[in-house]
Amino acid sequence: MSSRVPRASGYFRTRYDGYLALTQTRLERVSLIVFLAALIVFPAVASAFYLDLVTQVFLASIGALSLMLLTGYAGQISLGHAGLLCAGAFTAGILAKEWDAPFWVTLPAATLSGALLGVIFGLPSLRLRGLYLAISTLALHFVVVYLGGEYETKRGFSTGITLDAPVIGGWTVYGGRVWYYILLAAAAATLLICLNLLRGRTGRAWRAICAHETVAEALGVNVAGHKLLAFVVSSALTALSGALFAYYRGFVSVEAFSLFLSIQYVAMIIIGGMGSLLGAILGAAFVTIFPYVIEAVMLMLPNAQSYAGVLFAVNYAAFGLVMVLFLLFEPLGLVGIWQRIQTYFLLWPFKHKPLSGGRR
Amino acid sequence: MQLLVNIIVLSSIYALIACGYVLIYRVSRVLNLAHGELMMLGAYLLLTTASLFNGNPWLAISAAVALSLAVGVMVYVFLMRKMTGEMVLAAVLATVALGILLRGVMVLVWSAQQQYPGQAMGFTSTALALPGGARISLFAAILVGVTALTYLALFVFLRFGRWGVRMRAAGQNPLLAAQRGINLHGVYALAWGLSTLTGSLAGMLIALDSGLTGSMAIIGLKAFPAALVGGLDSLIGALIGALIIGASEVLSIQYIDPLLSDVVPFLVLIAMLIARPWGLFGTREELDRV
Repeated sequence: MSSRVPRASGYFRTRYDGYLALTQTRLERVSLIVFLAALIVFPAVASAFYLDLVTQVFLASIGALSLMLLTGYAGQISLGHAGLLCAGAFTAGILAKEWDAPFWVTLPAATLSGALLGVIFGLPSLRLRGLYLAISTLALHFVVVYLGGEYETKRGFSTGITLDAPVIGGWTVYGGRVWYYILLAAAAATLLICLNLLRGRTGRAWRAICAHETVAEALGVNVAGHKLLAFVVSSALTALSGALFAYYRGFVSVEAFSLFLSIQYVAMIIIGGMGSLLGAILGAAFVTIFPYVIEAVMLMLPNAQSYAGVLFAVNYAAFGLVMVLFLLFEPLGLVGIWQRIQTYFLLWPFKHKPLSGGRR
Repeated sequence: MQLLVNIIVLSSIYALIACGYVLIYRVSRVLNLAHGELMMLGAYLLLTTASLFNGNPWLAISAAVALSLAVGVMVYVFLMRKMTGEMVLAAVLATVALGILLRGVMVLVWSAQQQYPGQAMGFTSTALALPGGARISLFAAILVGVTALTYLALFVFLRFGRWGVRMRAAGQNPLLAAQRGINLHGVYALAWGLSTLTGSLAGMLIALDSGLTGSMAIIGLKAFPAALVGGLDSLIGALIGALIIGASEVLSIQYIDPLLSDVVPFLVLIAMLIARPWGLFGTREELDRV
């Protein structure tokens, strides 16, 4: 993970713990602390709108990180991510609505249902590869969303389920700032889980499967088990993010979990950059903020009111266009751009890395 | 009897759409998830040409068909050509992105309201009575006929046509085909053009029959299981798959629950993927190639 990042001279790993450490240099530690401090201070200075925006980025990054584990590292394509979010949101919603289950029951239950669904989503992966796997997850997405819709109509919540604000120990979780910190913690925990999984044996096994299944099997990796594990971990985290989404919005409806949402999550990891956790977060931020940027630009145009009705269409078109442009011209995504900038400054005044084999 | 007619009409809709998936997959091993949107685009093109050539419906239809062929070729030249040799996921996602782009552009250009190209061209839909007390609308009957003709034409073209043989060769082994002097880009572009053309035909006929809204792309997506159940690289398979999907959808609406209509195709798809992923008539070694 970190070995790809180019470094200036003077930093050499001399022990194996260097490979396993979360942060490598003092600069990294300092910038991490500064970044965290900025995130913690942010609600004190931001307006409600920006607070909501960043909170949405946190929510999206949980989903994007878990999809990145599955697609970016384990190499299993999934187009059914919205189905898993839907499952998590509905598990939390149904438990809270039907049995008045508290927050600390619904969240683990949603995670568990995600894990179970992960097994179901993952079972086809034992036989299918590539395209066919993507299709099977796509089909499962439709099935899960149908079940959610069926519950809504059968129980008479045809517009959706409303959720009460969760109560933890007699204290009601309410307000943008509280949710900001909860979701920040959740996103940070997800990132840590992903990092820990990836720098250990499991992550190496996933990368081996992604690179070549037969070779991985020959090297003694339990391919079937690790594929299923990737699906289970990813789905459980996604369902958790779905449940958090339901509580944050206070409302669950199948309309929110269309195929477009699945595509948005896939777009996050494509735009961010495949095979990089940083990419997942960058992509989540990009895709979440993008519609608001489009809206702001549209409002700046003359005659803004007349465009209001077609805003969603402009959003669609622009989103599709950006995705096409990234696929065509920057397949490595935002991380690729970032790495190129880093390399530029590292090598300056030279343009290219010295050819390997030549004298350094 | 009415049930049977419904099954046949729905199946021929699916079959006409599914052959577009099969054509592209067979030739270039790319799955075109923008097919539903391309089909919708064809219908909207008909709307435009209908108002352009007012009072001359046949000219309007042939202009729309020609335009849709051109659209398909352009999609290949400007987008998919650059994706050749990329990861499978990248090529599929490019088509997904194209679909989203098209959907937005279509709403911008033609608005999201329901429209009736049939009225714009002065056609009126009448219901025909069939023996056995069943009824079928005129356009649905035409659709069944067009589907049969399209499949017949495709069979003849792929078996005897010069370019048809080239297409099959390119699908079997692109490298060898290129070695024998077959223009791969030309063949791929032709496949995209033909696929968009058949899809657009389906889109136009559905629009003539029941109007045109932004939700038409869903039909395109629902036709995809038909292509896969039959085997993604087999035209006969697409026909049979469409029959299976159409029948199971109509029957489950009739006897179980109308809400099921959107998922039944996908349930059949999952069952097929578990039992026989390469489809009823598909070639098996394909799975390893993907």
